[in-house]
Amino acid sequence: MSFIIQGFQKALHLIFSGNAEIFGIARLSLTVSLLATAAAVLAGVPLGSWIAVKRFPLKKLLIALVNTGMGLPPVVAGLVVMLFLARSGPLGFLNWLYTPTGMIIAQFIIAMPIITALSISAMQGVDPRFYQQVLTLGASDWQAIKVCLKEIRLTVLAAVIAGFGRLVAEVGAVMIVGGNIRHQTRMLTTATVMETNMGNFDMAIALGLILLTLSFAVNLALTLIQQKKVLPR
Amino acid sequence: MCLMKSLKLSPPLALAALFIFGCQGKPAPQHIVRLATTTSVQDTGLLDILTDAFQKDGKYTLQAIAVGSGQAMQLGKTGEADILWVHSPDDEAQFVAEGYGTDRTTFLYNDFVILGPAADPAKVKGTRKAADAFNKIAAAGALFVSRADNSGTHKKELKIWDAAKVKPGKEFYIEAGQGMAGTLSIAKEKSAYILADRSTYLSMKKNIGLEIVSEGDAALINRYSLILVSPARFPKVNAAGAKAFFDFVLSKPAKEMIEKYGVAKYGRQLFFFDYAVK
Repeated sequence: MSFIIQGFQKALHLIFSGNAEIFGIARLSLTVSLLATAAAVLAGVPLGSWIAVKRFPLKKLLIALVNTGMGLPPVVAGLVVMLFLARSGPLGFLNWLYTPTGMIIAQFIIAMPIITALSISAMQGVDPRFYQQVLTLGASDWQAIKVCLKEIRLTVLAAVIAGFGRLVAEVGAVMIVGGNIRHQTRMLTTATVMETNMGNFDMAIALGLILLTLSFAVNLALTLIQQKKVLPR
Repeated sequence: MCLMKSLKLSPPLALAALFIFGCQGKPAPQHIVRLATTTSVQDTGLLDILTDAFQKDGKYTLQAIAVGSGQAMQLGKTGEADILWVHSPDDEAQFVAEGYGTDRTTFLYNDFVILGPAADPAKVKGTRKAADAFNKIAAAGALFVSRADNSGTHKKELKIWDAAKVKPGKEFYIEAGQGMAGTLSIAKEKSAYILADRSTYLSMKKNIGLEIVSEGDAALINRYSLILVSPARFPKVNAAGAKAFFDFVLSKPAKEMIEKYGVAKYGRQLFFFDYAVK
């Protein structure tokens, strides 16, 4: 019990004393996860919508594959990205292993199936006649998808929240791809693992609390955006 | 883009993009020295102070990856790291013999200790020889927790079991597959015996109820070496940077930092430098 209380005290102290290292770690955590989420939204929402409205062979198989991707273990994503970015790997010339860029790529791969799958099911919830109607008014496929997306933006935002939540709490992939290097790739989650390993349980709890606080702030912002779009009833 | 507009996400994300790419400042690869080392060097905090001192003149950026010795050697065998700082002597010799590395230099040591519950059910306390201590633990059917992760500590433990010429029964031998601290926590919860490096034990002493039951045997010495990864074998290795870190660690200022390290925090010196600095 005493560790939890000490953790709370330490967290407050770290936040209010303006510890530069902790701020750097928190900023890196946020930016990596936000950028990976943004990239996954930019790619996943159009892809999911397209899969939902189009008819093509093996569509159900593809959807099943995307749904499986939602359960992709982060360590597996991290391992694959690590092997690709390694000096001896096919993309070694980029020198992205153990950099924030590498971590964003790994997290993108984790978030992409989540956002895509949730976009598919959101889009499939739109009445097909509505989509057809927009098409008959002379809209192209993408224009019609855009119109439909406006209808389901609440659900799409829920997908964004789910994706971000998964990423900001994720530790396996960023540990492997980032390497938890001090001042370079240390994130709140990897620092928490390290402090736990060092037996500094109060520090680990403090980092966990900071992560939860940041995560809450981002989710509050997203939720406020989402709820503003809710029609008054 | 219309989609982004409808999500009202674009301004904060653009800001975030600016943030990360603005401050990332990816240094050119020849400035980056990649060190693969063991968790014990990181977990004691020694790595941080050495990294800061090495980077002080702004010439190099050290990417220190702290993993088990097994994985550190693997990073060397694929040319992923430029220099290794490890403690697994037999594997190191083989690593160099197979041509993956050069200039293996043993420069540092501390020691392992055998820990057990205060009640000491296997009556190990006072046993000087590590192999005898292991023998007693196996004979008494007491629980033993192993790292079981191919780390230097794990390799050392296997060597002592070999010397003891016994193997504990499966039901008494817990294979944790975790780092030192995680394994220590299991040993604490299970009131088991364990082989641990002294520095991690000292840093966790306040949280674990285990006591030293055997220490001081020559077999328990823990030797650390530096190895340069062979640039002849891996052309992408930053040989100049690796040599710079190598020379830095084997210098007088680094020696003083290492010898002073831990006295203030743990009340005793954690690492002993035994390389003759020129």
